[in-house]
Amino acid sequence: MNFDFTDDQQAIKSTAHDFLAARLKPEKLRELAEAGSYDDALWKEMSELGWPGIFVGEEHGGQGLGVVELVILMEELGYALAPSPFLSNAAAGLMIQHAGSDEQRDRWLPGIASGEQRGTVAYVENGVAALVPDADSADVIVLFDSDSDTASVVPSSDVQVETLDTIDSTRHYSRVTPEGGAGEELSGGRGSADEAIAPIAVAVAAELVGVSQKAMEMAIEYAKDRQQFGRPIGAYQAVSHRCAQMLLETEGARSVTLYAAWTADHEPESLQLAASMAKAYASDCGWRVTASSLQVHGGIGFTWEHDLHFFLKRAKADGHLFGSAREHRERVAELAGLTRSQPAAV
Amino acid sequence: VDLTLSPQEEAFRDELRSWLADNHPGHEPSGDEAAFEFRRSWQRKLDEASYAGLSWPEEYGGRGATLIEQAIFNEEVVRARAPMPANVLGLIMGGPVVIAHGSEEQKERFLKPILTAEEIWCQGFSEPESGSDLASLKTKAVKDNGEWVVTGQKVWTTFAHEAKWCMLVARTDQDAPKHKGLTYFIMDMEQDAVQVRPLRQITGEAEFNELFIEEARIPDENVVGGVGNGWMVAITTLMHERAGIGFSSAVGLKIALGELMDLVREKGLAEDDVTRQRIAQLYIEAEVTRLTASRGLTQQMKTGIPGPEGSLVKWQWSDTNQAMTELATEVRGPEGPVIDEDWTYRFLRARANSIEGGTTEILRNIVAERVIGLPRMR
Repeated sequence: MNFDFTDDQQAIKSTAHDFLAARLKPEKLRELAEAGSYDDALWKEMSELGWPGIFVGEEHGGQGLGVVELVILMEELGYALAPSPFLSNAAAGLMIQHAGSDEQRDRWLPGIASGEQRGTVAYVENGVAALVPDADSADVIVLFDSDSDTASVVPSSDVQVETLDTIDSTRHYSRVTPEGGAGEELSGGRGSADEAIAPIAVAVAAELVGVSQKAMEMAIEYAKDRQQFGRPIGAYQAVSHRCAQMLLETEGARSVTLYAAWTADHEPESLQLAASMAKAYASDCGWRVTASSLQVHGGIGFTWEHDLHFFLKRAKADGHLFGSAREHRERVAELAGLTRSQPAAV
Repeated sequence: VDLTLSPQEEAFRDELRSWLADNHPGHEPSGDEAAFEFRRSWQRKLDEASYAGLSWPEEYGGRGATLIEQAIFNEEVVRARAPMPANVLGLIMGGPVVIAHGSEEQKERFLKPILTAEEIWCQGFSEPESGSDLASLKTKAVKDNGEWVVTGQKVWTTFAHEAKWCMLVARTDQDAPKHKGLTYFIMDMEQDAVQVRPLRQITGEAEFNELFIEEARIPDENVVGGVGNGWMVAITTLMHERAGIGFSSAVGLKIALGELMDLVREKGLAEDDVTRQRIAQLYIEAEVTRLTASRGLTQQMKTGIPGPEGSLVKWQWSDTNQAMTELATEVRGPEGPVIDEDWTYRFLRARANSIEGGTTEILRNIVAERVIGLPRMR
């Protein structure tokens, strides 16, 4: 048993960390976040590094690695708060790779893996997908219908896409309404579309771990630096215990996310429960840690000029993507043994 | 990342499972004395199969098991609902300290009877005035004619009435800084100068004791690790204690949660949204505790020592266990306060979880100062 990265995984992590730190210096991040735009050059470089296809099979132009490697990237992307379509594109890839037929995979995965033909996943509830990342720029949209647990692939021109103003300006979101009869159902893959949501939820959980880690580090640095009543505020237990709580939750979210990613690659029978545990815990963690970090920062944390609010807003938005903490807890209750006689109305 | 067990680890687990199935002694008898003798004979059985000294080196009668094997063992005995061994403090603290810091003569004298539960050990660290601030302890040892004379008071001493030996930390140098003037002794409990008084706790039972020590005698050869090194020796003990707790407690949580889910069904609350949310949250926190403990194990295997991260596991476990027993009491409805077989004891006992083995406040200090690197509080 080894609950740590292999040398190769460690190399992926440090490469990603250094690359993103170099490309997304604070001024650059602020410029993108304030303009609400992505950096096309950054996406191009990420594509050249093979990131979009990290989990896609080599036969489809990917690197043939797993969900563990994907979450390593996701955590670093969250830490850097990278404004990029990486998550949405990966979501489409995971869905098609898992639930698509051979033919569907041959058709869609190479473009997703190379980053040249981007996809996203629209999580449809009651006939509409209320919060879809990057639907405005995707070439292909996987419509996941949570009522019927089925998914279909449609060109983005075949659905109604309405861009949204959200609190999170580091990612683009839209509302997507499927138009009647559009799309080709994903079929004949390894499993149902419903199951394929799980690794996507794990990827978002990993992003939340990265966001939490960064917000915690900002709080710690500030608590060491900021002096009040003649000493650093981190010397007061009211502040230091708050920081310790951030570590407890961030490390917990990291443990369960890494475990869930491992089940996706090696123990698929445990994935559904593990993924819901990870997404529920990481969603709460992401919000609590960023909000707590703002409190440690005091007044400066509430100003636009401090970067913390971009992290806080991403954490909140992530909490709502691909199932909220409440929805995932409901699923945990069901899978852990509190079986309902009738399906939940969540 | 590889969370599968190696073939050797699987073999260890399978052998242990079938051994437990064949040797499980059944239900613990009621009555303190009978229960203790039951645990003593259980430990003898464990020792015959080399499971008592699982983590101890083979040369001292142990099995030299790896950390993973120890984790597997802790998980399996909880899962099998096997009893605790009688000499649990000797096995997880006393023995390891003698092995790490003791002389050859001490190893020869003390180790074997720990394994066989022939000689029970207890721990004399805390005092009425020294809880979290352990290093401020006042029990005094003075050298007199080649032996030490000890006077003072200890508290929270589990198994004191059964114990032959006490791991005692006392002040041997009044003038040294408080961490430096302490010495670790092995004190014979069978002398009139040591009086044991049971300490009744909120559950009604007396799991712990107070020790009143009035000029007790300890021969010089029972000093462990050298005069003045008591703090360092005691800290090793506490680290071992905390490191071992993670797994078995996380597994225990999961088993208790299963029982709570039965109770929820029985009370017709299985489809109640609020209850489901709370159960799921506890389930997740129990799993998170277990997984963080596993990650700590990987780190410990690399660095050789249990890290301060162990504090996170103990802290989260105590929070979760308290919340779980509170929910169980709530689910029982108007019967909540009515004393039953399962829940009222656990509900009350759980209040100690955030105090014993390091209060949650102290654990937060450790995390803030030693993991995160914030300035010291003083």
